[in-house]
Amino acid sequence: MSTQTDTVAQAVGVREVATPVMPASRVFYWSVRREFWENRSIYLAPLAVAAVFLIGFLIILVHLPGKMRSLAGVNPADFRAAIVVPYDSAAGLMMVTTIFVSVYYCLETLHSERRDRSILFWKSLPVSDVVTVLAKVIIPLVILPVITSAIAAALHLIMLVLSSVVLLAAGVSPAPLWAQLPWLHMSSLLFYHILTAHALWPAPIYGWLLFVSAWARRAPFLWASLPVAAIGGVEAIAFGTSHFLTFVGRRLIGDVTTTAFIPPQNFPTNPMTHITPGPFLISSGLWVGLLITAAFVFAAIRLRRYREPV
Amino acid sequence: MAVIEAQGLRKTFGTTVALDGIDLRVDEGRIVGLIGPNGAGKTTALNAILGLIPCQGELRVLGRDPWMERDRLMRDACFIADVAVLPRWIRVSQALDYLAGVHPRFDRRKAEGFLSRTTIKRSSKVRELSKGMVTQLHLALVMAIDARLLVLDEPTLGLDILYRKQFYDSLLSDYFDRARTVLVSTHQVDEVRQVLTDLLFINRGRIVLRCSMEEFESRYVELTVRPEQVAVARAFKPIHERQVLGRSILLFDQADRQQLAALGDVRTPSIADLFVAMMSNQGGTAQGVPS
Repeated sequence: MSTQTDTVAQAVGVREVATPVMPASRVFYWSVRREFWENRSIYLAPLAVAAVFLIGFLIILVHLPGKMRSLAGVNPADFRAAIVVPYDSAAGLMMVTTIFVSVYYCLETLHSERRDRSILFWKSLPVSDVVTVLAKVIIPLVILPVITSAIAAALHLIMLVLSSVVLLAAGVSPAPLWAQLPWLHMSSLLFYHILTAHALWPAPIYGWLLFVSAWARRAPFLWASLPVAAIGGVEAIAFGTSHFLTFVGRRLIGDVTTTAFIPPQNFPTNPMTHITPGPFLISSGLWVGLLITAAFVFAAIRLRRYREPV
Repeated sequence: MAVIEAQGLRKTFGTTVALDGIDLRVDEGRIVGLIGPNGAGKTTALNAILGLIPCQGELRVLGRDPWMERDRLMRDACFIADVAVLPRWIRVSQALDYLAGVHPRFDRRKAEGFLSRTTIKRSSKVRELSKGMVTQLHLALVMAIDARLLVLDEPTLGLDILYRKQFYDSLLSDYFDRARTVLVSTHQVDEVRQVLTDLLFINRGRIVLRCSMEEFESRYVELTVRPEQVAVARAFKPIHERQVLGRSILLFDQADRQQLAALGDVRTPSIADLFVAMMSNQGGTAQGVPS
């Protein structure tokens, strides 16, 4: 298609030399870089949350040696339950951060470029709407999960190292800590969890938010949430049920329990967690969701083509 | 060689007709001034040419359909909308990086060269720059792109006269050569006069005048007529007449300069005067001329 139109343009005689073309991968790479410049919250928000959490952790760290001594002799499962709380809290905070940043980002990104009129600048460059919107879709679906997982892993590592230092200083062996909180295993589980539960599973919600962001002239948050509330309200009045709101809520908080993994308790960093990527990858819930996402993204691409500054 | 070719370009917004059948041909190497009152359809026409809005009619820009191939067209066309479209959060260095990353015809060293003549710091964000500096930055970015067509929509809006002059000076001296084509819309018509090769007047979505500057200078004559000669001068059928400080100033289309010179002072009108005359004549007979 591209070569065909290029040939046509040359046949018309407008250009003697063929226009140089940037490889699509390079244009895509710079389009994603651009998103980081504009939305620094993609990495600053999880970093800030991690930093604040670390301060809190330092405060409770003074009690660790005493706690370890009192736990001497208890069975491994109870020992783990007693020391895992801050690690689970850190992981949980990172998940919540992922959800908040994703929702905020999707709702803002295609609206803010029209609000500040910069859409005219972006459109004056040889970057298609497809590349632009896909570079935005990839942020909540791939980039943000990778970033928050990496920050969570780093946070866990710092916590383990600090704990070890404090324990060694107090003359207590940190070995049980490392044995019960296997860092690498925990980190891979967390990455798997964030990717499945907070990126792929809620993808249709992010797609919807991107679509509203491209469509709404103002107040994208209201346009995104009111239809959901309205459908929920109609359902409640007509049938006295709340299936729709429950469905949306489960997608949003990433409730993939029994689909993507089977946890012994509720938490994904537990090394006993049995991950089930196979059933997840062939589950209709995932693919129907991704199809809906694709439809919203396609609509957002079409819309951006017609959109002017608001 | 036609860079822009339009036939029967039409665009409506609801019941408002923004473009009412525009026929247009802009050849390579021209600097065309698109001039019209507010709401005449200038921005709509430029947006259609750049593929930013769909419209009816035939339109080819650099041999392409702009609406279907906006991103490909932008490899060879550049656009400055007005001073406020550079994203406010972007740093100067980031803008350079990004353009170098996505634009095959962007010459980073050239842009750095233009910027070094200004006081713009590489680490500044656009929001920290003054309005004039933002325009300088945008112009530096655009002039570093080896484009075939440059479209400027009110590029100097809101700038003081020093910046405006500088803008058009660097456009002419650093950018323009015979292989490029520039289409510029502006209200400051007479400031761009020495820059332009062609004039295009647009009103109510229609083109009301198209002529080259040579044509403009030979065709239109302004006569400041001596009071006793007014009746004689009117016999030459002026297209417009106005009173300034008690004297009548008549504007003629294709009149004999020699004959008119006998009736008063003859000169080539300003573009603004011709523009006012054409706009107030939009009914047929010249306004202000007693019938």
